[in-house]
Amino acid sequence: MSRDITLTPAMRSRRLREIGVGYLFIGPWLICFLAFNLVPFVISFVLSFMDYNMLSDPKFVGLANYVKLFTGDKLFKTSLGVTFQFVFIAIPLRLAFALLVALILNRESKMVPVYRVLYYLPSILGGSVAVSVMWRYCFSKTGVLNTALQALGIACDISWISNKDTAIWSLILLFIWQFGSPMLIFLSGLKQIPRSYYEAAECDGAGPVVRFFKITLPLLTPIIFFNLVMQMIGGFMVFSQAMIITDGGPMNRTLVYALYLYRQSFAYYKMGYGCAMAWVLMMIIGFFTLLVFRSSSAWVFYENEIK
Amino acid sequence: MHRRKTASTVSFHLFVGLLGFIMIYPLIWMVFSSFKESSLVLSTVGQLFPSEWRVDNYVNGWSGFGGTTFSTFFVNSFIVTILTVIGNVIASAMAAYGFSRVNFKGRGLWFVCMMVTMMVPSQVLVVPQYVIFHSMGWVDTFLPLIVPEWGGRAFFIFMMMQFIAGIPQELDEAAEIDGCGKIRLFSTIVLPLIVPSMATSAIFSFYWKWDDFMGSLLYLNSPKNYTVSIALKLFCDPTAVSDYGAMFAMCVVSLLPVIVLFLFTQRYIVEGIAMSGLKA
Repeated sequence: MSRDITLTPAMRSRRLREIGVGYLFIGPWLICFLAFNLVPFVISFVLSFMDYNMLSDPKFVGLANYVKLFTGDKLFKTSLGVTFQFVFIAIPLRLAFALLVALILNRESKMVPVYRVLYYLPSILGGSVAVSVMWRYCFSKTGVLNTALQALGIACDISWISNKDTAIWSLILLFIWQFGSPMLIFLSGLKQIPRSYYEAAECDGAGPVVRFFKITLPLLTPIIFFNLVMQMIGGFMVFSQAMIITDGGPMNRTLVYALYLYRQSFAYYKMGYGCAMAWVLMMIIGFFTLLVFRSSSAWVFYENEIK
Repeated sequence: MHRRKTASTVSFHLFVGLLGFIMIYPLIWMVFSSFKESSLVLSTVGQLFPSEWRVDNYVNGWSGFGGTTFSTFFVNSFIVTILTVIGNVIASAMAAYGFSRVNFKGRGLWFVCMMVTMMVPSQVLVVPQYVIFHSMGWVDTFLPLIVPEWGGRAFFIFMMMQFIAGIPQELDEAAEIDGCGKIRLFSTIVLPLIVPSMATSAIFSFYWKWDDFMGSLLYLNSPKNYTVSIALKLFCDPTAVSDYGAMFAMCVVSLLPVIVLFLFTQRYIVEGIAMSGLKA
């Protein structure tokens, strides 16, 4: 519709009514957005330049929180390192595993829906406290893993969660264990690749490895891209598992960023400092998200490009 | 040729079945452990089946701690979760329709705001939210866990908008000519058409709230207000726990609502994830 040249009173009242109706529909969302997102967002930014412990009035300290983070806080660097280690190991492994299982499950069989449910179950339960507790006893000194290794003839009596070198791996493994969502997304992506592509390639003598790298993988890159972005944001924010399974230990080897931020804010009540940490986290996530988006033109392949 | 096909089918089922079993084994182990005699739980890890099946772990566990039983924790969790789900789904559907089909000033701006909320880490908001709720006297009530959810969730709103996009625009115009307002159109025609996406949203809303640990940890202080997740965390604290049978029993019970819901609704979930993932 082109722009109206003149508005009759009837049209004007209709337009006003439309505005009213629009705000009625988005009203609940808008109120909650303003009260619980926008206002806290602004306050958080302001608090990151303040010293605040909820008991006394906030005191403006300029950039002191940020300066302290980058120059005077060893644990900040430790927690950042732990989080990077977690994100850059656990996410590629989760996605690779999800893709591998999706490739295997991508065939006609009456059992596939059953397997799909089986493999998705950990993702549904993985965020719960119960599974974290369970995990603790799977990787303890006399836990399920060591018992299973013993049955296979491998003697192992370290406690995986209290050994400083292996503790982070118990968290990484829990993260990989919940590969269900990316697997389902990969699976439905695989279903959309036309069969004829594979048939044509097969006629030309392409083996399964060539078919995977020349057809499957390029056509899946948009989905890999989507999964990567979604998983990355979640990976940087991992919290409750680290708190319940290892509580940051041993020797802070599993002190993920979000856990350290929680401690600063709600155990030591350094709330301004906690906000500064949160803003640094947001910058880091933003940076890596942007990096993935920027790099996408080099490796994400859209089918309609070749037309 | 035929034999090769059979061999590949057999190896497929063997491999996929075995992998699935290994993945699920910790859960199976936990369930069986919860029926063992409590003192044997950690000393007979290698033996899956209890030598003697006992249910007293469940009785002992259910009695909770500090005079508060798990009945209270479950009731609290159900109150919080159900009120969250209802508010979440209704508000998301309303917002999705508003953003998709009503032309009003500011729509574009608010839509961008909504999409941005998906990218903002919750850590940025958590401190100010706590300060706000504290000043309102909402700490140690369910309100901080429920009220913010009554605005809907960006993820659900976005998913429902995909569904609404599939409903022909002409329907709106025809209804309007017949004198049917947007509100009636929404409640009588659009809502029934987007039921699948509302169901998917409701299911995920349930999971996330039932499992939510951070919110309960921050806002609930007295045992009578604890939800299952925070109660379980304290009940299973490594420095306090001595009754491992009861610990696993309560872990199993806490997972039951989620597992039951999953088994009845897995179709919606599997399709919901596949769709929202591909369209986003």
